[in-house]
Amino acid sequence: MTLDPTLDHSEVAELLHPLDDGLEPAIASLRARLARDAQLTHTLDVAYRVVDSPVGKLLLAATDRGIVRVAFEVEDHVEVLQALANSVSPRILQAPARLEDAARQLDEYFSGKRREFDLILDFRLARGFRLNVLQHLPRIAYGNTESYAQVAQAAGSPNAVRAVGTACATNPLPVIVPCHRVVKSDGSFGGYLGGTDAKRALLTLEAAA
Amino acid sequence: MQLDQSATAKVPFEAVVQEHGATVLRVCRAVLGVHDADDAWSDTFLSALQAYPALPGEANVQAWLVTIAHRKCIDHVRAGSRRAVPVDSPPERPSGLGIPGAGNAELLDAVSHLPPKQRQAVAYHYLAGLAYKDIAILLGGTPEAARRAGADGVKALRLALAERSVLAHSSKGEIR
Repeated sequence: MTLDPTLDHSEVAELLHPLDDGLEPAIASLRARLARDAQLTHTLDVAYRVVDSPVGKLLLAATDRGIVRVAFEVEDHVEVLQALANSVSPRILQAPARLEDAARQLDEYFSGKRREFDLILDFRLARGFRLNVLQHLPRIAYGNTESYAQVAQAAGSPNAVRAVGTACATNPLPVIVPCHRVVKSDGSFGGYLGGTDAKRALLTLEAAA
Repeated sequence: MQLDQSATAKVPFEAVVQEHGATVLRVCRAVLGVHDADDAWSDTFLSALQAYPALPGEANVQAWLVTIAHRKCIDHVRAGSRRAVPVDSPPERPSGLGIPGAGNAELLDAVSHLPPKQRQAVAYHYLAGLAYKDIAILLGGTPEAARRAGADGVKALRLALAERSVLAHSSKGEIR
C-alpha cells in the first residue's frame, strides 16, 4: 500500500474524528468543574451568571468582595463582560454557584415577595459623587420615588441634579441599587439604563405589592 | 465575540474556554487517552486561568494553551507512570482508552500505540494547528524531526486502521 507523502490537513482531521466522541457533554462538565476549582483555589476574580427576569435576562457578576455588576440585556452582556475584563480582571468565568443567593433574592423581588436586598455589594465601579448617590438610593423605600433634585440634595450637592442623572444612568448595580426609584420632578419616569419599559415595570411591580 | 480594541485588552477567560476548550480536550485525548484527558484538561485550564492576566495581549492563545496542556500531559504520565510509561515502542497490552463509540475504538487504540513523540506531533499539528517549528520547541529536536514525527504518526495510523479493517473482515470475532 502506497501512502501519499503530502498529508492533507482536513483528511487527517477526519481520520482523528473519533476523538470527538462525547466531546460536548465532556466539555460541559469540565467547564463546571473548572468554575468550582477556580473558586476553591481563589483563582477566579469575577464570577457571573445570567438569570431570567420580567425585565429580560440579567447578567449578575461578583468579585470576592461582593456583587459588582448587574446588567440588562440591552446593555449587551458580551460588552459588559469585556468592560469587566478591562476594569477588574480578565479572570472571568461563568460560575453560577457564587451568585445563587443574589439570583434567589432577585427572584423573590420580582415575584413581589422581597422589598429589600440583603447582599454584599462591591461598589468599585463607582467613584466620587456617583458613589455618594448610589449609597443614598437604598434609602428610598420600596414603592416610593424621589426626584433627581431630592437625591442631589440628599447626596450633599443640591445643584448637582444633572450629575445625579449621570450617576443613575451609569449605576453598575441596577435593580439591587434602586435607581429606578429616581424620577423627574414633573412625575414622568425619566431615562433608565434598562429602558423606560423596564423602569415602568419595576415601579409598577413595587406599587402593586 | 468581537475583537479587542487595544493590544492590552483581553477577552474574559470564559470566552477563551468557549473558543479553545474543545481543541484542548482533543489534544489531551490524543496524547493521554480519553480517561486521563479530563484531568489534564482541568489542570491546563486552571493553570491558564492563573497565568492569564500576565499573558501578552498579542500572544497566540491556542498555542499558549497547547504548551500548557503539553506540560500537564507529561506531568500526568509521570504521576501515573506505573500504568503509562512513555516508551518508544509500547508493549502490546489492552488499551487504557475508553470506548466512547464502539466503531471508533480502532482509531483511539491505534493512537494510543503510537510512540509518544508521534502522538504529540500529530495532536499538536493536526488537532491544534501548531506549526512544526513551534512543536519542535515543545518536543525538543529540529522542526524537520517534528515534521517527520507527525508524518510518520499519520502513516502509522492509516496503516493500523487498514490492517484492522482487513482483520475485521477476515475474522470478525477477534476484534472487539
